[in-house]
Amino acid sequence: MGGGIKVHGVPISTATMRVLATLYEKGLDFELVPVDMKAGAHKQEPLISLNPFGQIPALLDGDLTLFESRAITDYIADEYNNKGEKLLCQSCKKLKAITKVWLQVEGQQFDPIASKLAFERVFKGMLGMTTDPAAVEDLEAKLVKVLDIYEARLSKSPFLAGDCFTLADLHHLPIIYYLMGTDSKKLFESRPKVSEWIKKITARPSWVKVLNLQKQ
Amino acid sequence: MMGTILQSRLLPIKLSHSSLLFSPSQHSRSNLKFTSKSSPSTITMASIKVHGVPMSTATMRVLAALYEKELEFELIPVDMRAGAHKQEPFLSLNPFGQIPALQDGDLTLFESRAITEYIADEYSEKGEKLMCPGCNKVKALTKVWLNVEGQQFDPIASKIAFERVFKGMFGMTTDPAAVQDLEGKLVRVLDIYEARLSKSEFLACDCFTLADLHHLPVIHYLMGTDSKALFESRPKVCEWVKKITARPAWAKVVDLQKQ
Repeated sequence: MGGGIKVHGVPISTATMRVLATLYEKGLDFELVPVDMKAGAHKQEPLISLNPFGQIPALLDGDLTLFESRAITDYIADEYNNKGEKLLCQSCKKLKAITKVWLQVEGQQFDPIASKLAFERVFKGMLGMTTDPAAVEDLEAKLVKVLDIYEARLSKSPFLAGDCFTLADLHHLPIIYYLMGTDSKKLFESRPKVSEWIKKITARPSWVKVLNLQKQ
Repeated sequence: MMGTILQSRLLPIKLSHSSLLFSPSQHSRSNLKFTSKSSPSTITMASIKVHGVPMSTATMRVLAALYEKELEFELIPVDMRAGAHKQEPFLSLNPFGQIPALQDGDLTLFESRAITEYIADEYSEKGEKLMCPGCNKVKALTKVWLNVEGQQFDPIASKIAFERVFKGMFGMTTDPAAVQDLEGKLVRVLDIYEARLSKSEFLACDCFTLADLHHLPVIHYLMGTDSKALFESRPKVCEWVKKITARPAWAKVVDLQKQ
């Protein structure tokens, strides 16, 4: 049992959600330790000792402290490989390598654009700032090029890495979730395979649990 | 003359950055074949093919990993100027139209950081260890610093390299305001590196890992510009840069650029 796992973060943070989704997929016990972002707690001690970059989440597992959500999820998937859902295609070296490719695609091709779009459309409003329509247009133009590649990919396999749901799909959940609540959803909905993939991954019980945390 | 795939020929092949002679192999296709131990003109059958060019930072990342692992590979040049990376047949290797792509037998991969991880995993018993030895918890620290490079360092540093180095190559002008802004961000990252490297010889642990290696190409370029001051003014960072750039495998990558 992962009784010793603590996540420092907040349920609305996309990076925190990425980690929570993974913990739920693995059926692991954990404690969510809230961080007072408004007070800037993430930029001060004691959080800074957990993550010198002053960002959430950080994860503690016993005496191990980790930060960077994608390192945390990778660690959870490895360390708790035999628990809950498989999140990496372990058995086949080829599939494992292809999963690594699409993990990088999310981190290097999708997220840099999509997270800025989510910031414009969603988080700016929360922070009392105004969406910049020119920036949105520019970002959406870049995102559609990525989504066209996803459409072609998902025409060949049900999930990004292959036939099974992996971390490569999971990592997209938080940002896609936010964008689907905005006009940007049309970019996803107009692409049948992408749309189908989103319906599948957002319907997963673990993801529903993450969203429930936001409502509490 | 550069093509995406070089055909077997009894001719000297000139590339934008290298000039190599090779004799026909016994195989129907000959390409640039390199091993860490032999000269570039050695003809051996390599199952690993890298599609890229030696001046590309992402290609260099992969080449460094291959040299660290002492693996044989073929470097297949991609005619960037002709836009070969944005067309077939390259797009079938990487639909994002970016170099490098790697083929190992019937496996095709792209994204340099996925490729290096694959190399470190698949060939873990060969050459240098590129992950922290030990259990998952120790490996986890490498994952952290791999992500730091990809998410904190590179987005800033690669833009500085673009401003200071690559724009000039394309006949564009450096934007000094952009450089100033980016350097302002980079120093905050480097301060964290300075603190980290005061506690650990290398980023993830006391051994050189992929987490350090991934920094090499962009640091290499920045150290040839005024931005080097940011690294040199931080003693631990400076020491680390000296150590990792002095590695023989890295020297081989840099040599490829001179050919």
